[in-house]
Amino acid sequence: MKEIDELNLPGDIYYSKEHEWAAKEGEVIRIGISDYAQDQLGDIVFVELPEPGSSFERNEEFGTLESVKAVSEIYIPVSGEIVAVNNALEDAPELLNEDPYDNWIVEVRPTDIDQYDELLSRDDYVAMLKG
Amino acid sequence: MTHGPGTNGLILDEPLLWEKGKPGRVAYSMPTRDVPEESVDDTLVGDGPDFPDLGELDVIRHYTRLSQWNFGIDTGMYPLGSCTMKYNPKINEKMAATPGLASAHPLLEAELSQGILKLHYELQEYLAAVTGMDAVSLQPSAGAQGELTAMLMFAAYFRKKNEKRTKILIPDTAHGTNPASAALCGFASIPITSGKNGILEPVSVEELMDEETVGIMVTNPNTLGLFEEQIKEITDIVHRKGGLVYGDGANMNAIMGMVDIKRCGIDAVHLNLHKTFSTPHGGGGPGSGPVCVTEELAPFLPVPLVIKTDQGYLLETDEADSIGRVHGFFGNVSVLIRAYSYILSMGPDNLKKASQLAVLNGAYVKARLMDTFELAFDRPCMHECVFSDSRQQAFKVTTLDMAKRLIDHGYHPPTIYFPLVVPGAIMVEPTETECKDDLDTFIEVFKAIAAEAEQDSERLHQAPVITKVRRLDETQAARKPCLTG
Repeated sequence: MKEIDELNLPGDIYYSKEHEWAAKEGEVIRIGISDYAQDQLGDIVFVELPEPGSSFERNEEFGTLESVKAVSEIYIPVSGEIVAVNNALEDAPELLNEDPYDNWIVEVRPTDIDQYDELLSRDDYVAMLKG
Repeated sequence: MTHGPGTNGLILDEPLLWEKGKPGRVAYSMPTRDVPEESVDDTLVGDGPDFPDLGELDVIRHYTRLSQWNFGIDTGMYPLGSCTMKYNPKINEKMAATPGLASAHPLLEAELSQGILKLHYELQEYLAAVTGMDAVSLQPSAGAQGELTAMLMFAAYFRKKNEKRTKILIPDTAHGTNPASAALCGFASIPITSGKNGILEPVSVEELMDEETVGIMVTNPNTLGLFEEQIKEITDIVHRKGGLVYGDGANMNAIMGMVDIKRCGIDAVHLNLHKTFSTPHGGGGPGSGPVCVTEELAPFLPVPLVIKTDQGYLLETDEADSIGRVHGFFGNVSVLIRAYSYILSMGPDNLKKASQLAVLNGAYVKARLMDTFELAFDRPCMHECVFSDSRQQAFKVTTLDMAKRLIDHGYHPPTIYFPLVVPGAIMVEPTETECKDDLDTFIEVFKAIAAEAEQDSERLHQAPVITKVRRLDETQAARKPCLTG
């Protein structure tokens, strides 16, 4: 597994304590999992996505990732409505291992944009990983 | 380097049955026809099933070779944490094969089935005695079904009281089946994080427990192999809010005859007969997961119940509050017979001793390996101990690599990557049936593997190297499963 300084953690997006990333794209926020999350999970073999149109509260479970090691829940970093899901992941879950940033999981229309600004910056996230 | 029982030997290859045989080979002789030949309606005639043509010896060698590739507790040590892979004494097999029991027909009337009903009744009594609970149903056919049965009973209990409760508390160390059982009863799982010591803290339960919450599902000892020392405070908190406590008895092998489950404040507990009470398991069954409950919950038990009357043993089906049947007939009876045989052949003192030795063996492995592997929680463990690969990661060696290397030495790997609260978990449950000499060899081998991680990490990445098949591509198997022959 990767050392913390080997992780690919872009500086222009935000992170959650549960290892999701969030990036604002116009009106919506794209959400995926961090390089740390995919590295810890190992080979991802199944992705369960939410229904477009469903709504979740911040930190609520919105989907499931299954890897060769474990089944993990994914938590939504900001409250809102799912406006799009990345269906390509259903047939090719390995995309999350190959590039966890190009391959977002859902797009959310946030109900409270302030929650986005409350997420962790790259530096805060690295500090959290270092414990 | 130190060696376990694993060695290179002649392993015979064997193709699929469909790749064997030749047209014309048979393993039977048709008797000579002694009735006149008659024509058959054409609509009834067609091609036979596509079975391979095989001789008797082809078939015998096929299955014998497959059996030689197998690994089980009768072959070697199987320290698969949380699974209690203890030796299953052969007397249990002999008893289960007793013709009067093995041939008993479930549709036979009770008055003609007194022997097997007596066995059911007495097993219920013994399990009540082991747990301290008041009433037992033997029906559930596995631990997860036992959980579900208990959750259905909790739901029925609150329905009867006209209370609407929609949530249930589940610790982060729980088995994955706990939230699934709760969800099937319409309860939303509320996770509770265990404390710094790896056990539950009453204050976390206090914060979450309210009058909309059914109660809590607790595994004790928990899946870190640690005893929930504050179980009584926790159950008191739940009861004060009118809730119920479910005990997952998966780890009962650590506490038989040592802990009174009812006095801990547990309202319902399931037992895995196939683990604690020593019947062969793994590979999908059959199992048995009886549910033991307090008097208050007894009216909700599944029917039929085996009861004792002046006229002998009877099946009682007329219980207004019962949740109904959870299994055809009376559960997996052959497993019940084995568990009954195990309990009678051990007796109460030896059952208690089995648990004491299971804990001693768990503690011994922990003490001997804690200098080599990082302990998840450095405190007294019960029947199993949980390490992680955090020290070996410096050499780019993972839990999976070391687990695979153990196979080369003739050991079944421990449970890995579970419980989820420990990254890279290695969970070792030696059970009471391994002697000290065999534990010592296992420990030396595991230490040698850790040394190998530092000196020759590539060899560990390759492991297993002397098995018939090398490291399997688990990722591909999960992503693109091939489900046909």
